[in-house]
Amino acid sequence: MTSSSTSPAPDPLSGSPTAAAVVTLEHVSKRYGPADGPLAVTDLSLTIPAGEICVLVGPSGCGKTTTMKMINRLIEPTSGRITIDGEDVMSLPAVELRRRIGYVIQQVGLFPHLSVAENVAVVPRLLRWPEARVRERVEELLELVRLDPGTYRGRYPAALSGGERQRVGVARALAADPPLMLMDEPFGAVDPILRDRLQNEFLRLQARVRKTVVFVTHDVDEAIKMADRIAILQRGGILAQYDTPNTILAAPVSEFVEHFVGADRGLKRLSLGRVRDLPLSSPITARAGDARGDLRLRLEQAGAEYGLLLDAEERPIGWIGRRDLHGDGALAAGDATPGSPTLQPESTLRDALSVMLGSSVQLGVVVDERERVLGLVSVDAISDVLRAPTDR
Amino acid sequence: MTPPTEPFIRWDWIVANLDDIGQRTWEHVLMTAIAVGVGFVISFGLSLLIIRWRRLAAPIIGVSGVLYAIPSLGLFALLIPLTGVSLLTAEIALVSYTLLILVRNIVAGFDGVPAEVVEAASGMGYGAWQVLWRVQLPLALPTIVAGLRIATVTTVGLVAVTALIGQSNLGSLIVQRGIRASFPTAILVGALGSVLLGLVADLGFVVLQRRLTPWARARSR
Repeated sequence: MTSSSTSPAPDPLSGSPTAAAVVTLEHVSKRYGPADGPLAVTDLSLTIPAGEICVLVGPSGCGKTTTMKMINRLIEPTSGRITIDGEDVMSLPAVELRRRIGYVIQQVGLFPHLSVAENVAVVPRLLRWPEARVRERVEELLELVRLDPGTYRGRYPAALSGGERQRVGVARALAADPPLMLMDEPFGAVDPILRDRLQNEFLRLQARVRKTVVFVTHDVDEAIKMADRIAILQRGGILAQYDTPNTILAAPVSEFVEHFVGADRGLKRLSLGRVRDLPLSSPITARAGDARGDLRLRLEQAGAEYGLLLDAEERPIGWIGRRDLHGDGALAAGDATPGSPTLQPESTLRDALSVMLGSSVQLGVVVDERERVLGLVSVDAISDVLRAPTDR
Repeated sequence: MTPPTEPFIRWDWIVANLDDIGQRTWEHVLMTAIAVGVGFVISFGLSLLIIRWRRLAAPIIGVSGVLYAIPSLGLFALLIPLTGVSLLTAEIALVSYTLLILVRNIVAGFDGVPAEVVEAASGMGYGAWQVLWRVQLPLALPTIVAGLRIATVTTVGLVAVTALIGQSNLGSLIVQRGIRASFPTAILVGALGSVLLGLVADLGFVVLQRRLTPWARARSR
């Protein structure tokens, strides 16, 4: 994007300063069927702060989807009150309410008979935006979700891949710049690798648009990765815990929560942190052609066991152990034990730990986007982060 | 009248009677169009009732099925005391034959619309009628047009039978000129004309459907 504007006009994509809404649920209950039947959602009270991703998570039958659909009144609550920025959702016609709320579902539900551009334009047209503004907005949004407008504008959904459809679905939900988005297992129907990519994309997008997002999933790992706050629901729509992912993992309030997040919740906390949060240490480095004795001396002085051999572009080749550096002569590329996969600053601590455990030296090499070495991370650094009691 | 040496097809008769054949073809087209048009309007209304109240499906489809099963001559015989030997009698019978095919296809078309598309439409703020007209109907079109194709081709054939109750169309060439006067040329012209009309109508609907649903071919692009 160009930043030619000199006035402090808001980013057109993040919209006006009221771009996110506070959502509250006050003693909301829902009963399907007879008046003496069981409750699907029981006396649920939540406040979702503006601009945060709140993930509703729980086993099937916990009422998470029901709860979400009561916000845009696809399901009407039996009792209780839901407000968006203080306004009771029941005070508006349902259709008008829904046009102000972005909605993304698992199967996406793109309209097969409309082109990508027409799909994205649905809500702006329902709101009777002038045609020129609609067209401009569609271009903007396609670029936002990384689909080239020239290529994709005129395509029909049948000609898109699963990931492309999901991106169009997100663009369509953002079209009228709603202060609130509801996402019902939006990445549930794609393969794990694509899901990871779409999650990262959405997080990057959210960092820019800062919507209030209510996100439903049954996958704890997804909840931990996406959420600013997690609401864990148990059968009957009873709120088991509502807190930040870190607090839920560090201090589950009940056996149910503890069981639900899993015995590996210590490990799961690793998904909250990124490699960029860790202190990086500098490796002792050498290049092919350097004197062996010189590297041995430097390792001894630093008290280090291993040196890192780099190529001419500063990219890592592998590790050389101090004990293997007998004699003199020059180092050769073949002296190094090829290293384990490299890490990026965006990698989660969980991935980092996994790489380190697989490496002979128990160190992770962090590289930049051009594969040049930025520094090293150690298992100790990660366990220090885990010991720190508070937030991410 | 006809000497025994006469050829099987008399081209000179066809040429001499082109105006008459054209007129009857036009009448045939008109009777078909009225039957399918009226049948479609009624069927669409009945289908909306079924979509709204599922319980109506069994009785509506049941009655259309019974109508469909009555032989055409029998239906004319039943109607003549009420509506006489008239175009109305003929059209009532023709329309009633289209109902089963059309209702079944229209309902199947609406039922075939993916649930998630309807959910997305409601969730984004389409009203109930907007969902019906702007989302469900366009997506049901391929199945609906398929129903129209079958109904039209069937009706083209049945229109010929209405010549038996005095209607003028390609069928009356067969009945009046051909059979009563033992004149094979007229029978052939009437029969082939009717078949040709059916084929043209069928082709027309194929083209119409491609025009109406360009999105359905997106996959093969």
